Amino acid sequence: MDSAAARARASADGHSSTAPAYTEFHPRWYRPRISTYWWLGRWPYVKFILRELSSVAVAWTVAFTLFQLWSLSQGEVAYSTFTRRASSPIMIALNVIAFGFLLLHSITWFNLAPKAMAVRVSGKRLPAILISGPQFLAWFAISAIVLWIYMVRT
Amino acid sequence: MARNIDIELQVSRYSPEQDLEPHLQSYRVPIRDEWVILDALNYVKDKIDGTLTFRWSCRMGICGSCGYMINGEPKLGCATFLKDYAPGPVKIEPLRNFPIVRDLVIEISDFLEKLKKVKPWLIHEGSNGQGEYLQTPDQLEQFRQHSMCINCLLCYAACPISGLDPIFIGPAALALAHRYNKDSRDQGSAERMATLSHPDGIWGCTFVGECTRVCPKHVDPAGAIQQYKLAAAMDGMKSFLMPWGKR
Amino acid sequence: MEAKKSHEPIFWTLFSAGGVVAALLLPVHLFIFGMAVPLHWIHGPAYNLLLSLAQMPIARLYLFVMCSLPLFHFAHRFRYTLYDGLQIKHLNEVVFASCYGIAVLGTVAAGWLLWRI
Repeated sequence: MDSAAARARASADGHSSTAPAYTEFHPRWYRPRISTYWWLGRWPYVKFILRELSSVAVAWTVAFTLFQLWSLSQGEVAYSTFTRRASSPIMIALNVIAFGFLLLHSITWFNLAPKAMAVRVSGKRLPAILISGPQFLAWFAISAIVLWIYMVRT
Repeated sequence: MARNIDIELQVSRYSPEQDLEPHLQSYRVPIRDEWVILDALNYVKDKIDGTLTFRWSCRMGICGSCGYMINGEPKLGCATFLKDYAPGPVKIEPLRNFPIVRDLVIEISDFLEKLKKVKPWLIHEGSNGQGEYLQTPDQLEQFRQHSMCINCLLCYAACPISGLDPIFIGPAALALAHRYNKDSRDQGSAERMATLSHPDGIWGCTFVGECTRVCPKHVDPAGAIQQYKLAAAMDGMKSFLMPWGKR
Repeated sequence: MEAKKSHEPIFWTLFSAGGVVAALLLPVHLFIFGMAVPLHWIHGPAYNLLLSLAQMPIARLYLFVMCSLPLFHFAHRFRYTLYDGLQIKHLNEVVFASCYGIAVLGTVAAGWLLWRI
């Protein structure tokens, strides 16, 4: 393909067809393949993948809640089966791990929020803590309210 | 005052006509207090091995030529002190996620194509009829940080998506698009949005954040891209809820 | 080059909304029902009281939002994790359908459950 292009160029600029056709030299580039384990290579990448995997814990929590709601709707016996299953060591271990990932999600989420919102007051950018701080406070407040409702109403 | 202490450099060598893949070659260079990695490489080229090939120019962190992977971290050769790596060894490789042409030299024409795609210039309809554009310091502040890019490509080396997805436009180009969108003199937001609100544009970014961490000029490309996503999402919602409005 | 308007803004907005809901609400719910009650740190709920609490209209709406949006957050994020982690971007359609299929199924299930609880 290169020699055809070079020949076309040589004849296009008016030189006689007896002029030698030079092909451009194209060095062989080295292109490494990215391994599936690219993310294990550096700690920031590992942190990133862990953060992304927290979405699985999110989905698990919703599934757990849906199962709880289904048991609730099926009567007291069904709900006590749910309670029993939730108390098994495996389920507790799973939920503790999931809870850890949920915390990772919440903390990274609120810390990253200021990056997406460039709020400026009279020219200067608001310090990140003024955006993430209220979100953390809202998180604590809502959690406390939910816990209180549970303790008082059930 | 020169000290008689050496440090070992392990530099990636690749000769396209002779090698099938890169390999490391060792050199011993003296450590001087004020030397940066670039000084060490030039010492090698001057006194030990003249065939070593690498890019550099201003040696003061403004041209963006001397980006290398130094012990696995993308850094500018002129801004990284040699003595910080004592006793060594220091591994110097070409920037990740780019084809290697030779030794430490990478092929960047792909990046230049991506840069053209984002239209990094002021887009406006004719002149404003009043001579030069006026801009307040506050208006300048909106985009000033993102205008500091020196196209050193450290962010592309740090961004895993740039490696995994060759058509991803990448941090520097997207940050520059955002810089022009935020410029009060520019009217090209809609035009850029059409090309960039795309899975290989801003939506390919998953906010790893490494680009911002390695940027020597504190451009914060990750922040720029997230702000761009927010703008695109609001833009999308507006045109969805009010499709008759003029864009 | 590409004239097709991308629908990514919609998915990203769902992802963001789901992320906020997940960040604010899910931890305390999992803490209560997944950890504190099974480990007897707090009392288990009385069935009738929990049921009547869940049956309140505002609670149904709250639980629906809490179960639905985070699934869309998961769908978006996990989709990209599969692209970048397992490098299966060529299986684009399959990945997309699976992830958002789960989100839609979960939403429908939540809606149905909370309608008739």
